[in-house]
Amino acid sequence: MTALDFTTHTIPLEGKSKISAKNVNLWYGEKQALHNINLEVGENQVTALIGPSGCGKSTFLRCLNRMNDTIPSCRIQGDISIDGDDIYAQSLDVVHLRARVGMVFQKPNPFPKSIFDNVAYGPRLHGLSESKDHLEHIVKSSLERAGLWKEVSDRLLSPGTGLSGGQQQRLCIARAIAVSPEVILMDEPCSALDPIATAKVEELIDELRENFTIAIVTHSMQQAARVSQRTAFFHLGVLVENGPTEGIFTSPIDKRTQDYVTGRFG
Amino acid sequence: MPTYILIATILVLSVIGYYMGRSTAVARNGGKSKGLHSLPGYYGYYMALWCALPALALAFLWLVFQNSIIEGMVLGGVDVQNPSLFMTDVKNYVENGIASGGVTDTLVAAADRYVSLKQYSAIMLSIGAIALAVVGLAYSQTRVGPTLRSRPKVEKALMIALMAASTIAILTTVGIILSLLFESALFFEKVPLTEFLFGIQWSPQTAMRADQVGSSGTFGAVPLFAGTLLITAIAMAVAAPIGLMSAIYMSEYADRRVRSVLKPLLEVLAGIPTVVYGFFAALTVAPFVRTLGQSVGLDVASESALAAGVVMGIMIVPFVSSLSDDVMTAVPQAMRDGSYGLGATKSETIKRVILPAALPGIVGAVMLAISRAIGETMIVVMAAGLSANLTANPFEAVTTVTVQIATLLVGDQEFDSPKTLATFALGLVLFVVTLILNIIALRIVRKYREQYE
Repeated sequence: MTALDFTTHTIPLEGKSKISAKNVNLWYGEKQALHNINLEVGENQVTALIGPSGCGKSTFLRCLNRMNDTIPSCRIQGDISIDGDDIYAQSLDVVHLRARVGMVFQKPNPFPKSIFDNVAYGPRLHGLSESKDHLEHIVKSSLERAGLWKEVSDRLLSPGTGLSGGQQQRLCIARAIAVSPEVILMDEPCSALDPIATAKVEELIDELRENFTIAIVTHSMQQAARVSQRTAFFHLGVLVENGPTEGIFTSPIDKRTQDYVTGRFG
Repeated sequence: MPTYILIATILVLSVIGYYMGRSTAVARNGGKSKGLHSLPGYYGYYMALWCALPALALAFLWLVFQNSIIEGMVLGGVDVQNPSLFMTDVKNYVENGIASGGVTDTLVAAADRYVSLKQYSAIMLSIGAIALAVVGLAYSQTRVGPTLRSRPKVEKALMIALMAASTIAILTTVGIILSLLFESALFFEKVPLTEFLFGIQWSPQTAMRADQVGSSGTFGAVPLFAGTLLITAIAMAVAAPIGLMSAIYMSEYADRRVRSVLKPLLEVLAGIPTVVYGFFAALTVAPFVRTLGQSVGLDVASESALAAGVVMGIMIVPFVSSLSDDVMTAVPQAMRDGSYGLGATKSETIKRVILPAALPGIVGAVMLAISRAIGETMIVVMAAGLSANLTANPFEAVTTVTVQIATLLVGDQEFDSPKTLATFALGLVLFVVTLILNIIALRIVRKYREQYE
């Protein structure tokens, strides 16, 4: 095996940066999963993280709301800040961080509760609603923004697990935006969905960009090209290249990026 | 030939049959095993089964019926007043050389006939069974060949064997129910059902002599039901919170190493013999409860419902904790991630997601624990007492259904008095209640299983 190539080609972000990762290294036990990652995520943009399986893109995404904290063997080094606040600072409460940085998972994971209770889960947790009417308003507007309201408005009290896969995933998105986060992380949100449901979720992501900063991990390069403004390519735990999406797909700088986006490996 | 040698012979023949089946199948397929319908071994099993099963079935039926047939033939030739007593004499004479009514000529003649019939029967059985085994071998060997579908046939025989095994368990249950029903029916002929179910006086000692005083025998079982209920309630009040909380700790907080030590340790509690719990309750906990009660000015009986209930509760903690831990661990990690991702802490996630999702399973676990507590005998026999008090006071001695069954049946008993028959009625009630609880519990658990995937 040849030695790892640690070079990162970055075309600097234009506009305001929301999340800034500096010199991030991460280990699972003895194995180093991320090598010296430096990445800026632009505000009100969709940033796609692409790369072959096991390249560290999901791991990096989970660093951004400290979901890796739940894995005991995980050790992390470096600085990640959101609007300049260090998210690994001692003083920071992880609960508050996760209210600011929502997450949508690969497999739709609605709670075995009613549709209403699924969406109301976060607001209730953080005491966001002053009254019952207000809570209903939050639920309704979250479902509307997730494009699900028309389909479920007449059965809010039936279980969320009874929806179709695509509807479940949009329910999870509604659940995430109900707490009004600033950033939404999506870990392959469409990998368990059929093409029609995928198209709907992609459309939704494009709309959400207005109000939220989005980072999305995807295996589909077409999806990355369709929804994102900037793309970061990971390979073997190294951030190889990041820049405007169009540039990554039409004129990649690094040979590894070129090989990947043209389908030569991965 | 003794029976065990006969059975060994049949088994040896069937082993031979196995090898014959293998080699015959291969030989008839031109010396190779490729192209046979089934693997060669299946032809072996096919012949072995044909050899052993008919012969063993014959031997079994023969041995079941031989005694009654031989006895009929022996008695058919003599004229005696009491045939079964005479038969016993014959057997005693044959085996030990003695007889209750003295050795007579008729007896000796009958004994000779008995012995010769027995020998004849044994020889016939050996010849018949071995002949049948050989015929089975010969017949099945003619059928062995490349086109014989031996594998499905052998597997069908296996399936029937498995079915028979499961039927034994079911038949035993049916037998228990039937015996309970019949004996209870006898009891209810003597004591009306309404008195049994609704009477509040339990005093099962019946008069042995006509002039005996104070032993009329009343069979109102309500005090027993109340006592059982009280002790079960105390036990669950101990077991449910302790079990549930330790399950939450084990499944959510303890790291894997702690859990792998803690869970087996808790399950050891379930492995302690109940009689050990019993004397722990009677000799350690009951006096402790009594002194504790006295120190705060309460009058506690030396055998109290509280002591028995608390110890029983400790005993069933592992039922609750182990099953609840399993259902909580079975809640998918995705649920936890979803909750953490929305900013919930661990305890909020447990309270709002995991417990509701696992609740049906936890209820099922508690139900199973309750039915265990209702049926528990040894602890209450030793620690709860015998007096059938109708009380809700946990500091008094009470008695339970199981205690009464145990005490009424200990020692030599006449099986036609209401006193002993009452135990069957009590057993029936116990059986019905625990059956209903188990059915409810299993339904709840099954419903829970369908919830994910």
